[in-house]
Amino acid sequence: MTEHVEAVTFPGGIHPPYRKSYTKDKAVERAGEPEVVVIPLHQHTGAPNEAQVAVGDEVRVGQVIGATDAFVSAPVHSSVSGKVKAIELGPHPAMGAKVMSVVIESDGTETLHDSVKPRGDYSDMSPDDVKTIIRDSGIVGLGGAAFPTAVKVSPPKDKPIDTYLLNGAECEPYLTSDHRLMVERADEVVYGLRVLMHASGTPRAVVCVEDNKPDAIAALKKAVAGLENIEVTALHTKYPQGSEKHLIKAVLSREVPTGGLPFHVGVMVSNAGTAVAVSDAFQKGMPLIERVVTVTGSIVKEPRNLLAKIGTRFGDLIEECGGLTGKPSKVLMGGPMMGIAQYTLEVPVIKGTSGILVLSEEEADFGPTVPCVKCARCVDVCPVSLLPLFLAAYSERKMYDMAEASNALDCIECGCCSYVCPARRPLVHAIRVAKAEIMQKKRREMQAAKK
Amino acid sequence: MELERVVVSSSPHLRSPATVPVLMRDVVVALVPAALAGIVFFGYNALLLTVASVVAAVAAEAAYQKVAGKEVSVGDWSAVITGILVAFNVPPSAPLWLPVVGSAFAIVVVKQLFGGIGSNFVNPALAARAFLVASWPAHMTRWTSPFDAVSTATPLVTMGSGEVPAYADMFLGNIAGCVGETSALALLIGAGYLLARRVIDWRIPGAYLGTVSVLSWILGPRGIFTGDPLAHLLAGGLLLGAFFMATDYVTSPVTKKGRLYMGIGCGILTVLIRLYGGFPEGVSYSILLMNLATPLIDKFTGPRVFGHAK
Repeated sequence: MTEHVEAVTFPGGIHPPYRKSYTKDKAVERAGEPEVVVIPLHQHTGAPNEAQVAVGDEVRVGQVIGATDAFVSAPVHSSVSGKVKAIELGPHPAMGAKVMSVVIESDGTETLHDSVKPRGDYSDMSPDDVKTIIRDSGIVGLGGAAFPTAVKVSPPKDKPIDTYLLNGAECEPYLTSDHRLMVERADEVVYGLRVLMHASGTPRAVVCVEDNKPDAIAALKKAVAGLENIEVTALHTKYPQGSEKHLIKAVLSREVPTGGLPFHVGVMVSNAGTAVAVSDAFQKGMPLIERVVTVTGSIVKEPRNLLAKIGTRFGDLIEECGGLTGKPSKVLMGGPMMGIAQYTLEVPVIKGTSGILVLSEEEADFGPTVPCVKCARCVDVCPVSLLPLFLAAYSERKMYDMAEASNALDCIECGCCSYVCPARRPLVHAIRVAKAEIMQKKRREMQAAKK
Repeated sequence: MELERVVVSSSPHLRSPATVPVLMRDVVVALVPAALAGIVFFGYNALLLTVASVVAAVAAEAAYQKVAGKEVSVGDWSAVITGILVAFNVPPSAPLWLPVVGSAFAIVVVKQLFGGIGSNFVNPALAARAFLVASWPAHMTRWTSPFDAVSTATPLVTMGSGEVPAYADMFLGNIAGCVGETSALALLIGAGYLLARRVIDWRIPGAYLGTVSVLSWILGPRGIFTGDPLAHLLAGGLLLGAFFMATDYVTSPVTKKGRLYMGIGCGILTVLIRLYGGFPEGVSYSILLMNLATPLIDKFTGPRVFGHAK
């Protein structure tokens, strides 16, 4: 086993108030059976699925209801047993537009589909068979980007992977779903990791957890005891420590090249929750139909970590936590740094829903935006070493070529710059706009070149 | 349960507590010890000069913004800082109208005419000082001793002929000089507060003071390495300039490397002007010149971006 560099950290980043104490010591509880689930057919990065069921069909737990032949995709499964009520456009918590969704009325019996049975020992299977099961189980990265896991563990043949990093940083304030999984299901975390290592042919792994979760670190250390090729490392607690590029930098001192992916430096990164989903897919045969969602915020009556079925309405989960004690000003999917603001509580939990965060009016009000005073706080905290104030200024002036020349595309959109800006300027928002414009220009140029 | 009137905005949904007014107010707080020292050593007139200067700066900003049809933004405390710094840069015996004119010039001409907060290309208080020196040189160079207000010369003038006051007097501020520049102790207390509160970064003052120390030691009056760096650090407006003016956000580089260059540049210019220039003191002109170089410094000191070749 090669020595890895003692987990330092990376330059830049911030120390926001973590506010995890609402839920960090609360064991995961199963949410009540939803009467109706609305399951979007598109819950991952990649090609959308086609509905595999029709209105009126009886479906069971774990049954495929959406699939496609496209390589970069992941099927979706029913999380309840019952009857398909409708297949229609429904609200989606991560995509602005409505998305084709399967509406299923639960019969409350939770009858399993025939396909749901343990898959046997993964180590007797070929990596390709393992990948097929991962794919068929609809597993995507549960850390946020929802990238299909089977695709991730299939790097180009000429890029050998030497280290698998399991990302248990959970650096977003408020969120504790990964934390609880690592504490309560450390053995499954490690089991899932070993499956992923087998699928990708990776000889060693490091489980990385921020040092503000000592109970998770202790549980995982116990779970890897006796395993030669897996170790547990404590990370310095800092946002965005969970960014995969910065995790690699901190643990292995390697830098993913600009425009590159972890496999370019021989690394693969998966989220701790993803490993649990993989473990369930193999040990129980259960595809990805539910996940832990941290329902939290100062005005949530009783914040909790709920194991919720995909398709459960946000509103139902908030009700389950006793409702709200004040007027909500913002409802987010995810944490406060990268979460997505919602306009309705009708949106369903999807594979990528790590948390539901409700902010009060005073928490959501940051005061007026004033001119930039060039204080350079954004420069000091940028974990990519960009100059956010200039990128944002170029973007606001529609100088997208200048933004591109100043490496706007390297921005990881972590939001540290906006967080520290004393002038309350929407820096990361402006940089996002520039990135979108630059990408669009690139696409146009590609199309023009094809003609 | 349904939502009504929620905010839908892009991330992040959390902000640090430091806003522009909070930072500016911290600078004002950090300047209070030096103001008190000025009043202790130079008396009632120092207090009057400071108050008049601040009132003038705030009134000028409010009046200009009203006339120009802009939103009045004096609540951000930035004009208060300018007012204090202009007063700190005039001799204690100056007539009241001197800092009043200076502050009005700083706010209207140097700051507002260039677009208001964040858009001025030189430090308003220093530009005002240069304007006052050029317009009323006699008023701006009439020095008086502390307590008894007898006409005297500043340490930098006497140092030129080899006479250095007691370090203790220079440290406490018991020397001739401008209203807010003489007490090293008071300025260091304020500087320590700003550094501790993370309002300013160590790089500009550190590089500035370090460069002055080394250069003034090397370029000594009796050949190389015979200088008196401690006297140079404690004399004149160096500490005031290094901690409170060279660190002005708007007119200093934003890159970490650039801030070091800014400090080094200020240090070289200050020593050259003090030792070989036509004025005994060079802090304000050094910082003004480096203000002009700031956009260029920013352009050439961009850090290596994550994942790009070293």
